[in-house]
Amino acid sequence: MLTKLHTNKRLQRLLGLLAGIAFGFLLQKGGVTNYDVILGQLLLTDFTMIKVMLSAVITGMIGVYALRSLGLARLHPKPGSVGTTVVGGLIFGVGFAVLGYCPGTISGAIGQGSLDALIGGTVGILLGSWLFATFSPKLQKPVLSKGDFGPLTLPEVFMVNAWVVVIPAAVTLTAFLFALEHFGW
Amino acid sequence: MEWLRMQQWSPYAVGIGIGMLSWVTFVLSDKPIGCSTAFARFSGMIERAFRGDKTLAKPYFKQYVPDITWDVMLVIGIVIGSLASALFSGQFQLTWVPTLWAATFGSAYFPRLLVAVIGGVLMGAGARWANGCTSGHGISGTLQLAVSSWIAVACFLAGGIVTAFIIFRVFGA
Repeated sequence: MLTKLHTNKRLQRLLGLLAGIAFGFLLQKGGVTNYDVILGQLLLTDFTMIKVMLSAVITGMIGVYALRSLGLARLHPKPGSVGTTVVGGLIFGVGFAVLGYCPGTISGAIGQGSLDALIGGTVGILLGSWLFATFSPKLQKPVLSKGDFGPLTLPEVFMVNAWVVVIPAAVTLTAFLFALEHFGW
Repeated sequence: MEWLRMQQWSPYAVGIGIGMLSWVTFVLSDKPIGCSTAFARFSGMIERAFRGDKTLAKPYFKQYVPDITWDVMLVIGIVIGSLASALFSGQFQLTWVPTLWAATFGSAYFPRLLVAVIGGVLMGAGARWANGCTSGHGISGTLQLAVSSWIAVACFLAGGIVTAFIIFRVFGA
């Protein structure tokens, strides 16, 4: 683990910028910075977004778990609860379809000149994030803490070696992508 | 360098590239790619400009300090990277209303902007509520096989698909 590098704040800012440039370039080349492509996915007429996401997940999963086995990376699974993950996820989904971008792709949409992303969407996201930041202490007890299950991963749930899940997951997701192509989506 | 000027790459090439980028961020920065935290930090920076250091006393901003961090730079980088890609391919264009929206609801810019603000508020709040977005949960969390992320993605898609059908197949029909 490159702990010295991880704690170098200035260098991390530069690395964040460079990773962002690569990510933004890829998102734009993938077409997923377009409202039409994202709504096409949600209307189940254009499967570009799912293809990008699942191939990223398969590649990332094998690599990150390999790096972890080699002692070069550690995992950061997010904690979850019914009150945060399910309730927040559904609110996010509604907003995702109404706006037509997500926090990553809206940044890319701004880069390619979409003014509804820059002027409408960004103002909304900043306001929404600020509202949650301000009112989340009040939501903690009645909603957010309900049904807490913590930062669990699937190999921990099944109590098996991680690769027992990684390999079947990679095979299943790859088969799903082949099926999408086979049926002409 | 013809591939830099291409308008679109295969979604699989793009996905594999994003997956490999996540290897790099895990090793060099000990961080999964995620975009919604940065927007919370930006909102804190704006509040701080008006209210001063009282902002920093809010519990949320104690946890997510409104500072220029790795994730804030990531989001700034996305704008630059996408701009570069769009300039190389000649796709950069200032547009007010997306094509699909214009074909269904007309090309007036005010309705689209209003709807974008409303959608943004819901999505911004939802992302922080769920503790992640389409990148933080949808790609980085699922690739770590996090239970929270697989549930979050199912909820993103369920909420998104139902809402998209209501907007375009009910109101837009």
